[in-house]
Amino acid sequence: MSEYRNLIEAACPGAVVEEFEGPGDEVTIEIAAERIREVCRFLKAEPAAFRQLSDVTCVDVLDGNGRGGRFRLAYQLFSMDSGDRLRLRVWADADQPEVDSVTQVWGTANWHEREVYDMFGVRFADHPDLSRILMPFDWEGHPLRRDYPIGGEEVKFSDAV
Amino acid sequence: MSSEQADVFALEAREAREAARREGRELAETERIVAQVEASTPQEAIARTRANEELSSEMAPGSRAPMIINLGPQHPSTHGVLRLITELDGETVRDIHPVIGYLHTGIEKQCENKTYWQGITLVTRMDYLSPFFNIHAYTQSVEKLLDLEVPARAQWLRVMISELNRITSHLVWLGTSGLELGAISIFFYAYRERDRALDLFEMISGERMNNRFFQVGGCADDMPPGFETLLREFVTEMPSRIDEYEGLLSQNPIWLERTRGVGSLPADQLIDLGITGPALRAAGVDLDLRKARPYSGYEHFDFSVPVGTNGDAYDRYLIRLREMRESVRIIEQCLDGMPEGPHISDNRKVVLPPRGELAGSMEALIHHFKLVTEGFSVPAGEAYCAVESPRGEMGCYVVADGGPKPVRVHMRDPSFVNLQGLRPMAKNAYLADLIVMIGSMDNVMGGVDR
Repeated sequence: MSEYRNLIEAACPGAVVEEFEGPGDEVTIEIAAERIREVCRFLKAEPAAFRQLSDVTCVDVLDGNGRGGRFRLAYQLFSMDSGDRLRLRVWADADQPEVDSVTQVWGTANWHEREVYDMFGVRFADHPDLSRILMPFDWEGHPLRRDYPIGGEEVKFSDAV
Repeated sequence: MSSEQADVFALEAREAREAARREGRELAETERIVAQVEASTPQEAIARTRANEELSSEMAPGSRAPMIINLGPQHPSTHGVLRLITELDGETVRDIHPVIGYLHTGIEKQCENKTYWQGITLVTRMDYLSPFFNIHAYTQSVEKLLDLEVPARAQWLRVMISELNRITSHLVWLGTSGLELGAISIFFYAYRERDRALDLFEMISGERMNNRFFQVGGCADDMPPGFETLLREFVTEMPSRIDEYEGLLSQNPIWLERTRGVGSLPADQLIDLGITGPALRAAGVDLDLRKARPYSGYEHFDFSVPVGTNGDAYDRYLIRLREMRESVRIIEQCLDGMPEGPHISDNRKVVLPPRGELAGSMEALIHHFKLVTEGFSVPAGEAYCAVESPRGEMGCYVVADGGPKPVRVHMRDPSFVNLQGLRPMAKNAYLADLIVMIGSMDNVMGGVDR
């Protein structure tokens, strides 16, 4: 068990679901989805001091986790003092994927969460500006989902050659 | 104007509204702004602004309705295709709304449909000014999943080439941001040296840009004959060249006037926004992944991390110039102490056998065939590795399921994250300074949109 798991469990009892270690020095802590903002707020402050959120992204696990979850979100935290990295994992449902936004904790999450929404269709509650970011606003579907085909989009001017 | 014309102009507005209705939600902030801009013709916008001006000529500055101007996406000073919807009050920027995605090529999606070694070719093309850093982050993540040891010589080769790439990237930044402010000469000086460095890239990897030089397990090749001499000449000459750049700009009154005090944000806010690289270090935060989490043998090198004080565009300029000097020092140390040994791992399950073995060894032939057609399998798991690119933390998150293709490749590109800092920076600044800010952040749109 990592020190951070102990810290989280002491401050937010019941929030940690599971912990995974490896490969190498990677540590992943799975958090109950409804507790993510609380845990992030705790981890940003002392004593954990993860002042920087490096990245937020998502993986579409089509088989799911067996509990109705399909979208696996990954938050990469970075502590500037110790150089430690920690990954938080949260599952979002297959039908109505929604997770609390952490933009209120780290401002940088704003665009990362917009990208996850754009690419996977996972919605973030209380996000200040949840709109598509890389795809056009009228795009249908979410391209990085595993059931979204590659090469399915129309190629403009292809008949002109 | 006929209603038909209005319809054409309102297309994007209608699309945004329809998409929101389909998903059963209200328009988000950026969507509303874009819809607002698109819903009127230029003539209408001018008429509205005139009416506002007449109404509010007596009012205090700041109380008028803003004039909304579309900056980009096709604009030379946006370093690619960045669109900024700018709310102006006279010369003052009240607010900006960045709209990105014009260079989106779906690289992350394509990586899922390619084998691991094919993915390398794709990731070089994101941030086209720092291809070696993109691959470095990617190969490190895959190597971590494979638990693959990279030979010492390969690590040093990677450091050496990465630092040379840092110099070329900073030179492009220096030349183009000089151009944007009307300093034409600096462009020729910077590109003169950049071209020599690109020649060196071509010599070692066969390509001037999008170099596919780092492989999973090491580097594609060793230094070719004569490379060391040319690189040594380059790094010996480089400090005096950097002196020339400094001579052109550091005390140049126009340059000082344009860059000093422009685009600074408090360090706490920069950290909150996730900004890394020279933009963060200029504000006095000593964060460099080469020191904070040494990778690829950076702990063996003696170099310092330049840190600024004010965090303005001028400090960023100074820091990038000092970083080039430090890169020169690192390359010199690489050349002096390059360890002997192989340039790539000898794990035949992952790395292609040497060309010479193919003619004589059946086993090598089988390995080669399997690796090229099917690729190598990576044990299930996830890994995030990051390198310090010229723009900040270049991270790569790879999820593997045990097969020869990744389940997910996500690139955390520093340009994408740093661009978020532009909005708070530009608020209440002059429009002309906005161009300086875009330039000084050194965002590469290929990396932003991926």
